[in-house]
Amino acid sequence: MTFTDLLTTWSENPGLSMFIWAMLIITAMYLGRSSAHHLISSLARSLRGVLRMTATSLTELESRMSKRNKQVILQEGRHETERAIERDFQRVNKIVERDLGAFPSIQRKVTDTINSIEQDYQNSNETPPSPPQWLEAVETISKIQRNGDSTVDQILANIQDSIEKAHDETIKAYRKSSLDKLNVLKKMLPSWRSLSSTLSEMDKSVTDLSERSEFIDKQMQVYEKIRAEDDMVARALTSSSMTQFFIATLILAIAIMGGVINFQLIALPMSEMVGGTSAIAGWRTADIAAMVIIMVEVAMGVFLLEALQITHLFEIIQTMDDKMRKRMVVVTLLILTILATVEASLAYMRDLLALDREALSQSLAGVATGNVEFRWIPSIGQMVMGFILPFALAFVAIPLESFIHSSRTVVGLVSSSIVRALIYVSRLAGQFIWQAGKVLTHAYDMIIFLPLSVEQLVKNARRDGYKESDIYVEQPEEMGGVKS
Amino acid sequence: MKFGKQLILAILGLGLVACGDQAPKTRAVYMLIDTSGTYTQELDKAQRITNYLLGTLNAGDTLALARIDSGSFSEKDMIGKVTFDIRPSTATAQKYQFKRKLDEFVAKARPSGHTDISGGVLQASEFLQETQAEEKIILVFSDLEEDLVKGHVRKFTIPLVGIKVVALNVTKLRTDNIDPRDYLERLDNWEKRVYEGGGAWKVVNDLDRLERLLNS
Repeated sequence: MTFTDLLTTWSENPGLSMFIWAMLIITAMYLGRSSAHHLISSLARSLRGVLRMTATSLTELESRMSKRNKQVILQEGRHETERAIERDFQRVNKIVERDLGAFPSIQRKVTDTINSIEQDYQNSNETPPSPPQWLEAVETISKIQRNGDSTVDQILANIQDSIEKAHDETIKAYRKSSLDKLNVLKKMLPSWRSLSSTLSEMDKSVTDLSERSEFIDKQMQVYEKIRAEDDMVARALTSSSMTQFFIATLILAIAIMGGVINFQLIALPMSEMVGGTSAIAGWRTADIAAMVIIMVEVAMGVFLLEALQITHLFEIIQTMDDKMRKRMVVVTLLILTILATVEASLAYMRDLLALDREALSQSLAGVATGNVEFRWIPSIGQMVMGFILPFALAFVAIPLESFIHSSRTVVGLVSSSIVRALIYVSRLAGQFIWQAGKVLTHAYDMIIFLPLSVEQLVKNARRDGYKESDIYVEQPEEMGGVKS
Repeated sequence: MKFGKQLILAILGLGLVACGDQAPKTRAVYMLIDTSGTYTQELDKAQRITNYLLGTLNAGDTLALARIDSGSFSEKDMIGKVTFDIRPSTATAQKYQFKRKLDEFVAKARPSGHTDISGGVLQASEFLQETQAEEKIILVFSDLEEDLVKGHVRKFTIPLVGIKVVALNVTKLRTDNIDPRDYLERLDNWEKRVYEGGGAWKVVNDLDRLERLLNS
């Protein structure tokens, strides 16, 4: 039955038929008004209830997720702070071992120096030689007035000479004594300098130690706040984690681009080794081989940085004894160097193949091949790139570690945000359905406004015949539901 | 956490693999060169096409070159055939060698008395089926006017299942200018024969667009 058939069911005139249909529908709707209102109201209430329940469940989930995220962030922060404190304690230990460990010997050195200085001081205290005892008597005689007697004069002159001689000797002896004292003092100079230098070293060590201890104090304060699950610290750690995530992503993207360049360098010459036609799961074997070499280089880089204790991705490497770790460093570095050399040679081979292919193309096109100047520059460039890139890729372990650690925080935050958005959408949808139910009820009444108006008129007419108290006024139906 | 690390490493690995190309299909191309009558004057064009093929085909692909003469269903008419080595350097050496053979053939080519295109196509079909390449193509460099030696039987369906036949440089004959229907009929007949044999048919007359030769 088509729509036209339906339209002409009651009359050939479509307008009249449509009118009859409309009357029938309106009558049916008027008769089923109460049930329809209940249906709309129940439906809206149930849907709203379901959505509110969903929102409540999601709120609980979000709360649990936030709590868990905070725990993870604090745990990460605690771990980091512990590592920082441990590292600083190690530094302090090193300072103590290096500088203060030698304190007894320094003390002995200082004591020896002081003793030596004291000894020198004692030596420098020696009094200068005094003039001879008879010198005063001779001086008195020499001052006696000369009375012109030649013998007496001669004697007095001799006495004066003797006095002067004695004086000169005394002066000489005094000077010698002073020089000896000066020499003793000169000997004291290196001791003073040594003492000063030793004390300066001690001062520097103590200052270092003081600075380290201040840093440790700060770290300990943070650590205590983390242990107390302080919200501010959690927020700071989250922010730091997000920053780490974006930086690590950027560096990883750069590393991947480097990997792609590396791949392009070695994929073509690889087909010389494994063939250019064979395939594994739809991928060229040469491409897979090139990719495997790059991945092995990255893996070696990760192991190298792990063994050097720069990154902490593998617990088994961290717990290895130092001797074994040193061996691992040597082995991974050796493998990395061999792979870099292989890559450099492959890059050179790529250049040769490209040259060969270019010559063939020119020959096929009938163009004369000429010697290109400075052709060696790109050849060397490719070889250097082939050698350097594996080592550069080895450092990818550092951003990779940051990325892995920070991604847990970021994933947690993103999940929380999604759940929060879902809560909002659920509540909004619930409210919308509730309001839509109301609108639908009014729309229903609007369609059947004619019989409703007639009903109202009849009721009014009846009411005019009754007392006020006998009149029953129908209350507008309220929709139930949970109060928002 | 460990699973996360493995997942990230796997993603990085896949990212690098994705940089590579999917393994290309192996191709086998058999080119038939008409040497009858005045068509020998067109040989330089055939040489150009072969050079293009040498430059385009990769390691693992097969190329064969044969002349169409009075009786083409014979290995003797084969000028050269090669399956390029899986190593690019060896493949390049093979291409040089093949080019030399082609140059020699072009220099020494003499016009044949008759034109046995069907025999050549049948020979090509047999050869290509043996290569087991994923893509098989017969290039017919001819005006498609068949002129058989009396007694030669060629009116049968040529098996061409899975083979694409490309007619190249189908020149118009003097009579075609008088009645172009002859030319169209010639093309229609060959198209019908190819489809009957289970192959695909294509005509490329514009030799400036050689990339269309191998593209489906």
